Amino acid sequence: MGGILLLEDGKSFTGEGFGASATRVGEVVFNTAMTGYQEVLTDPSYCEQIVVMTTSHVGNTGVNDDDAESDGVWVAGFVAREFSRQHSSHRATEGLDRYLRRHGVPGIQGIDTRALVRHIRERGAMKAVVSTDGTDAHELWRRLEAWPGMAGRALAVEVGTRTPYVFHDPPQPRARVSVVDGGVKRNILRLLADAGCRVTVHPIDATFEDWAADADLVFFSNGPGDPAALPAVVEQIRRGLGELPMVGICLGHQLLGLAIGADTYKLKFGHRGANHPVRDEQTGRIEITSQNHGFCVEESGLSRAGGTVTHRHLNDGTVAGFRHDGHRIMSVQFHPEACPGPHDSRGLVERFLRHAGV
Amino acid sequence: MPQRTDIETILVIGSGPIVIGQACEFDYSGTQACKALRSLGYRVVLLNSNPATIMTDPEVADATYVEPLSLDFARQVIERERPDALLPTVGGQTGLNLAMELAEAGVLDAHGVELIGARPDAIAVAEDRQRFKERMIEHGLAVPESGTAGSLDEAEALLDVTGLPAIIRPSFTLGGEGGGIAYNRDEFREIVVRGLDLSPVGQVLVEQSVLGWKEFELEVMRDLADNVIVICSIENFDPMGVHTGDSITVAPAQTLTDREYQRLRDMALTVMRAVGVETGGSNVQFAVNPDDGQIHVIEMNPRVSRSSALASKATGFPIAKIAAQLAVGLTLDEIDNDITRRTPACFEPVLDYTVVKIPRWNFEKFPGADRTLDTRMKAVGEVMGLGRTFEEALGKAISSLEGGWPDAGGWSDEVLRERLAIPTPDRLGAVFEALRRGMDSSDIHRLTHIDRWFLHRVADIVAVERQLDGRFLSGLSDEELRRAKRMGLSDAWLARILGTTEESVRSRRREAGIEVVYKRVDTCAAEFQSFTPYLYSSYEDEDEAGELDADRVIILGNGPNRIGQGLEFDYCCCHASYAVRAAGLRSIMVNCNPETVSTDYDTSDKLYFEPITAEHVGAVIARERPRGVVLQFGGQTPLKLSHSIGPILGTSADAIDLCEDRERFNALLASLDIRQPEGAMARSRDEAIAAAARIGFPLLVRPSYVLGGRAMKICYDEADFQAALTEALDASDNHPVLLDRFLEGAIEYDVDAIGDGQDIHVAGIMEHIEEAGVHSGDSACVLPPVDLGHRLARRMVEATVRIGQRLRVRGLMNVQIAVQRDADGGEELFVIEVNPRASRTIPYVSKATGVPLAALATRLCLGETLADVGLPADRVGAPLRPALRSRGGYYFIKAPVFPWGRFAVDDVVLGPEMHSTGEVMGVGRSFGEAYAKALVASSMRLPQGGGVFVSVRDADKEHLADIAGPLYAMGFRLLATAGTWAALQEAGIPAEQVFKVREGRPDIVDHVRNGDVQLMINTPLGRKSVYDEAAMRLAGLRFGVPCITTMRAARAAVSAIRSLRAGELRAVKLQELPPSPA
Repeated sequence: MGGILLLEDGKSFTGEGFGASATRVGEVVFNTAMTGYQEVLTDPSYCEQIVVMTTSHVGNTGVNDDDAESDGVWVAGFVAREFSRQHSSHRATEGLDRYLRRHGVPGIQGIDTRALVRHIRERGAMKAVVSTDGTDAHELWRRLEAWPGMAGRALAVEVGTRTPYVFHDPPQPRARVSVVDGGVKRNILRLLADAGCRVTVHPIDATFEDWAADADLVFFSNGPGDPAALPAVVEQIRRGLGELPMVGICLGHQLLGLAIGADTYKLKFGHRGANHPVRDEQTGRIEITSQNHGFCVEESGLSRAGGTVTHRHLNDGTVAGFRHDGHRIMSVQFHPEACPGPHDSRGLVERFLRHAGV
Repeated sequence: MPQRTDIETILVIGSGPIVIGQACEFDYSGTQACKALRSLGYRVVLLNSNPATIMTDPEVADATYVEPLSLDFARQVIERERPDALLPTVGGQTGLNLAMELAEAGVLDAHGVELIGARPDAIAVAEDRQRFKERMIEHGLAVPESGTAGSLDEAEALLDVTGLPAIIRPSFTLGGEGGGIAYNRDEFREIVVRGLDLSPVGQVLVEQSVLGWKEFELEVMRDLADNVIVICSIENFDPMGVHTGDSITVAPAQTLTDREYQRLRDMALTVMRAVGVETGGSNVQFAVNPDDGQIHVIEMNPRVSRSSALASKATGFPIAKIAAQLAVGLTLDEIDNDITRRTPACFEPVLDYTVVKIPRWNFEKFPGADRTLDTRMKAVGEVMGLGRTFEEALGKAISSLEGGWPDAGGWSDEVLRERLAIPTPDRLGAVFEALRRGMDSSDIHRLTHIDRWFLHRVADIVAVERQLDGRFLSGLSDEELRRAKRMGLSDAWLARILGTTEESVRSRRREAGIEVVYKRVDTCAAEFQSFTPYLYSSYEDEDEAGELDADRVIILGNGPNRIGQGLEFDYCCCHASYAVRAAGLRSIMVNCNPETVSTDYDTSDKLYFEPITAEHVGAVIARERPRGVVLQFGGQTPLKLSHSIGPILGTSADAIDLCEDRERFNALLASLDIRQPEGAMARSRDEAIAAAARIGFPLLVRPSYVLGGRAMKICYDEADFQAALTEALDASDNHPVLLDRFLEGAIEYDVDAIGDGQDIHVAGIMEHIEEAGVHSGDSACVLPPVDLGHRLARRMVEATVRIGQRLRVRGLMNVQIAVQRDADGGEELFVIEVNPRASRTIPYVSKATGVPLAALATRLCLGETLADVGLPADRVGAPLRPALRSRGGYYFIKAPVFPWGRFAVDDVVLGPEMHSTGEVMGVGRSFGEAYAKALVASSMRLPQGGGVFVSVRDADKEHLADIAGPLYAMGFRLLATAGTWAALQEAGIPAEQVFKVREGRPDIVDHVRNGDVQLMINTPLGRKSVYDEAAMRLAGLRFGVPCITTMRAARAAVSAIRSLRAGELRAVKLQELPPSPA
């Protein structure tokens, strides 16, 4: 079956369909990681995004139960130069084609993904529709135009848990961590559990009191969408500033930034990949990090609000982490939990816990 | 951290001559390192014995020593140049070993020289397999069960731990030399004994076999601030058991989940830190069990390696350059990524394409050698294909190989299964063939252990073939044709399937508008803008080749290195590119060899990493519309395209043909009244037999249009002739076979000249040290000549000028001339061969004369005259220019190195087929000094005392005293076989008589084994060598006793020994040599 990817600026790419026969809209973004497509597919932060993998071949190792970062496939559509119909891995339980079909996600292959990436690089991330079910062009345009886009979208509320739950409850916990779930990846919870913490997970639209109850540390997770579209969440954080140590990653980092009075802005095409160099400004050490974000904390406002930049992205100098001692905040824009990506920043979990005084 | 200011002068050690396992990738890395260090303001001193390198060009370093890579010479250089630091990590295993020797001998401490890049303790841990293993276990990493042994008994005891099959790896050897896989006890003993002998420390590692596990390599870099990054992951198509240099490899790794890849990455970082490599690039190899994911660390190289050169070309990340910058204290975040300019070097490159490397072997040169691939590397070169998919990259790599593809169609199913199960150069061909015959990929996996993912990809290609098989080109839809091209099938490949010609496929394709576009290699998968036009073709939509702002000239590279076509041609291509740029034009390089300087992204204004074929080069020409194409610098490979591409800059395609076409060439020489050996050209066996009868023996038989004397044989009788003819007919691929009278006892000369289309300038005359009959690439030669009279030299110059003028040579030409003395002392000059292109000797002649020939030849190709470039024209009747006789009294000797030890060969005698892989140069104020240096540099253990075995054929006995006399006088003990002994008696030179093999015991082989012989002089009988001589020479090879097989070489060796004993070998700085007189 043929497939088409139509961008809001009128550019289109035709290729071959893969996975589900469907039509889906979203923001088209690219990820440069060469491994870890299953982790990408299952990362809730990709909600309503059509993800282009830049690496040549995707699907080579199939999919397995262990590498899923959540229970579902979150991407709206998946794009690659070449999907492998046959896979090879002792861990594989299923092929990518069937997996995508099972989750109703359309894929498209055989297109000049490098040309597509260059287009996104020049024009920025934009609305797109991917279709593998023969939907006509008129209808594709209608769907595209009907989709509201990413700016101002409070998607984190939709993808995070609706009810609180306990993820890990060891007999003598090192710390009690309350994870505020805007689309948390499973590996974050695993790392906290491995560090000996009691891990409870809360809806992002709860109150500060809900989050803080019976906790030594509040942890704001990654998640999709525009942080500025979550004023209620920011307000709840603001109410608790200084009361409890708070840490955040990715969306959580942006929310903490907003809470102390900094601004966020949308990057032209975001940072998505597993090769992003970040320098720890305190030690000078460089870590190769996993990143997945379209928004960023603006630096001058952060400084005015009393935040200190602790980590900097070396490709473009953007803020990759900050600290606010008065408010007992520490946060990073990248993903210490990796999955996919290097483990250089695993030590951050320990630093988060020390930040909480445990 | 800013760069270090406490050091000023840095010594860089190169890797010496090209040998198997250590090829021109180290010219690439060394050149990058020298340039990087100089641009940071350091004074760079370079030591490398290989003259055919860009790095030894006098402009690359501040002080350049083309001297042997030995403790003695390194010490001399250190004493003279007083470096503050030594960078040991860019000269391969040779450079690393020499640095360690200097450290252990206390030379570095004595002169306050600091090792930078890798400290001795880290090198020791990485190189000592036992310590490495212990260090890995300490850090929680798994390694195969193993132990080290210093004797056979110790080794056999280890079998209790490792079991069989077992891997044997000698310590401190290069490319797995001396190692192997033993499946039974007999093999085990044999390999252990060989390995103990070859290891410089007499030690082998016996290791549990992980045959069939998947093999991965990670290229890692670390800076002094302990930042570590992975540049590239490489997956071996061939699983464990085949040396990585002999494996088809793929980047990035294809069959790992992120979780598995990150485990390898974590381990690679741990290995780097555990071994203690402080800065620079290293390579870590892993074996992964495909059934459960268990990982073993196999080894690490604490230096820039062949794999890092490949990784640099695969990713665009210049590992050697950055390694040099890190060694002087810079950190990764302080170094810019040249390609994006905006982002720093501390990131991990990502690929949006796939890279396939295929090794190139030369087994056909070593009849009788075992073609099985194991832990000892045997490939002599490699090609790299880049494509948007694995299929496309594989297809391009196959196109780049230029042959080397088995004709598998004729194999029985049984043979096919064997070719799958036992790795040889034919295995990829066997996989294709098995799939074509419908064998199930699971069966192929069981036999080969090649990962199923790769087998599925190949199966997809075969499926496309099957769809097209038996159909007509005209019946193919555009979509089908485009699909086939996207699967990597070349026009020639499609033509074979469709039963048509390559040209027809191409024109059909062009009509349909199915053309390539060019994509960039940019380290970042297009995330950032790139500024380095490093390009590869693909059947995609968008073209990124970009436009250059001035007239363009395309230079064609030499493709994969092979014996006879290697580094020398890459050297010339690089200079051509530099010269084009210097002329204000834009240079465009096309090549597919990842080991080279020519494929460095900053050598040319644009780099097309493409096969050197009519299809791929034609497409680049169509895209670039250049002023012209220069193809005379890339050896025989681009020359073959002279009729299918154009316009050619330089000597015309017709002149090239004229020299290759025997009849036209004969007519040319006849019209110039220049003699050549009586000869004939035969298109069939019958014609050849008739011609042989007319010419008589001895007779030289060879195919036309081949390089390196492939299948060339000297025949002394009918039986020789029949065998040689069969081989030549096989090798000649529809071209005629050439037959020539062999000029026995003649002396050969190589003349390199340069022309502007009108006039000719002779650049150098080289005199071969071996007699005629030894391939010019295998013969040592000296410049200026030592045995050439004035009158004959003038005749050579005149012959060269007349031929060059007639051919209207524009650029380089090489003439091979033989001089034969007749019975009454007259000397006759014969022209044997003319090549209107760069010869293998150009870099050496350029260094020896101080004239940059390749660069000047390029200017002539572009239209300048000899007068414009400042070279005098030679004329018939004019006096001989003094430059051809002397350069301030210095002698420059080029000597070859041979790969005999790599192959279980039948014999090691020199002949008309070239076998050497590389060369060294010796520079001296006397012939003896220069030759001694050349021999030391080529690792020949020339003795200063002890026993010399002499056995010469009757024809050589009259000159025996010239050699044996001086040796005896110097105190050598002479051992001789009966006939030679008698001749020595007659000459009054005392000697001991010894038995030949099978004459009685102890025979000569016993004497060699017992250490009684330090030098062998054995000129083979004037016919094919007989068994005992071969056995003797092989014993010499095995025990490291040099064996000289011609009288001229023996005479030269005597003067070399004299110089060696006089202790007069002094390191010479190239920059201090006298300028060449006009």
